[in-house]
Amino acid sequence: MDGIHDLGGKQGFGRVDREIDEPVFHERWEAAVFGMSAVAQTAGVVRNIDQFRHAIECIEPRAYLTHGYYGRWLGALEELFVEAGVLATTEINARARRLGAEADDLVAARPRSSAGTVDYAPRAAGAQRAVSVEPRFDVGDRVRTRAHGVAGHTRLPAYARDRTGTIVATHGGWIYPDSNAHGEGEAPEHLYTVAFDGTQLWGADAEPGVTLNIDLFEPYLEPDDG
Amino acid sequence: MAEHRPHPASTPQSIRAEAIEILLIERGLLSESVIDDVIVRFNERVGPMNGARVVVRAWTDPEFKTRLLADGSAAVAEYDFEGGQVDKLVVVENTEAVHNVVVCTLCSCYPWSLLGLPPRWYKDPAYRSRIVREPRAVLEEFGVSLAESTSVQVWDSSAEVRYLVLPQRPTSSIGLDEADLPALVTRDSMIGVALL
Repeated sequence: MDGIHDLGGKQGFGRVDREIDEPVFHERWEAAVFGMSAVAQTAGVVRNIDQFRHAIECIEPRAYLTHGYYGRWLGALEELFVEAGVLATTEINARARRLGAEADDLVAARPRSSAGTVDYAPRAAGAQRAVSVEPRFDVGDRVRTRAHGVAGHTRLPAYARDRTGTIVATHGGWIYPDSNAHGEGEAPEHLYTVAFDGTQLWGADAEPGVTLNIDLFEPYLEPDDG
Repeated sequence: MAEHRPHPASTPQSIRAEAIEILLIERGLLSESVIDDVIVRFNERVGPMNGARVVVRAWTDPEFKTRLLADGSAAVAEYDFEGGQVDKLVVVENTEAVHNVVVCTLCSCYPWSLLGLPPRWYKDPAYRSRIVREPRAVLEEFGVSLAESTSVQVWDSSAEVRYLVLPQRPTSSIGLDEADLPALVTRDSMIGVALL
């Protein structure tokens, strides 16, 4: 989806803000959110990583930018706990108010009402899967990426759409996130690393001697006929 | 219960996290011990000290380095690091001619089992947006000045392949005891935003 998460190449965020001697967790609630994610997996609320990543993409976009990493996780987990019927938004709101939340606090979670009956079940450990068809591309092939965005989850960054690059590595078959995130099955596809020259992505503004290497699934790619 | 705790730096998200934490504890789904375990695991066992061991071995054992660069996952499998599965690890070597740097523009993918949980800046919009567009400028901010003749390879971890940078061994480390080398290998050097 053309969401706020797709940050590559966006401008205006300023300097990278680093923290010296940064702790692993700044506050206990961050570790609590991490614990919640484990619970969500055990309870079958988070069924696969693609579903979880898409839930993060679906949180309130202002919260995405301002609530931090664990705030984003929290928003996604709230969405999934509510969608699964484990928690209700009303009870979370009520409890948060008792803990000092204001009525107009920005809430990251935006649960979707129609989850439907879908197939999120993993078929095996990990994300590598056999693909029954031969790979369409090999190292050295020139490819062009898909030109447009899609409504659902995808792993083709917007900054690399409709660009030409060269296959520099083949990785075999992997679970296809675009399908798996939506409970439409693992539908494995071949995965490649595609190298893009900086000027191909950024034109005359590109810094010299820069190559972007992006891992892209076969459906994102077409042969480039030049 | 936790409602009695003071909130030294409450934010809307910290309050909401606490509300959900309490509700999940009341449901019997979450416990304080789970949270304590998370804190211990990522402070003591899963962190950049694991990646540093791999880097030092690659510096000191040419046969291992060859295997590591050819098939990162197979080479590190013998360590049995915990902390999240890496289906496929690709190790990219920094040299005078090539500088590698890693990002995940779409979320925050990172080789947890080798580097632990990523620092905030890695997950924040500024790094994710800029490192793909102006890597030399961002690296300058990190204190890394590259010759114009050095090729910059940016790796955007957009699938489940994970990337680890093998930093160049600092010449100042020649002659040091091998046991003292891991302390030289910083997290940032294995992301590619620092030189050693």
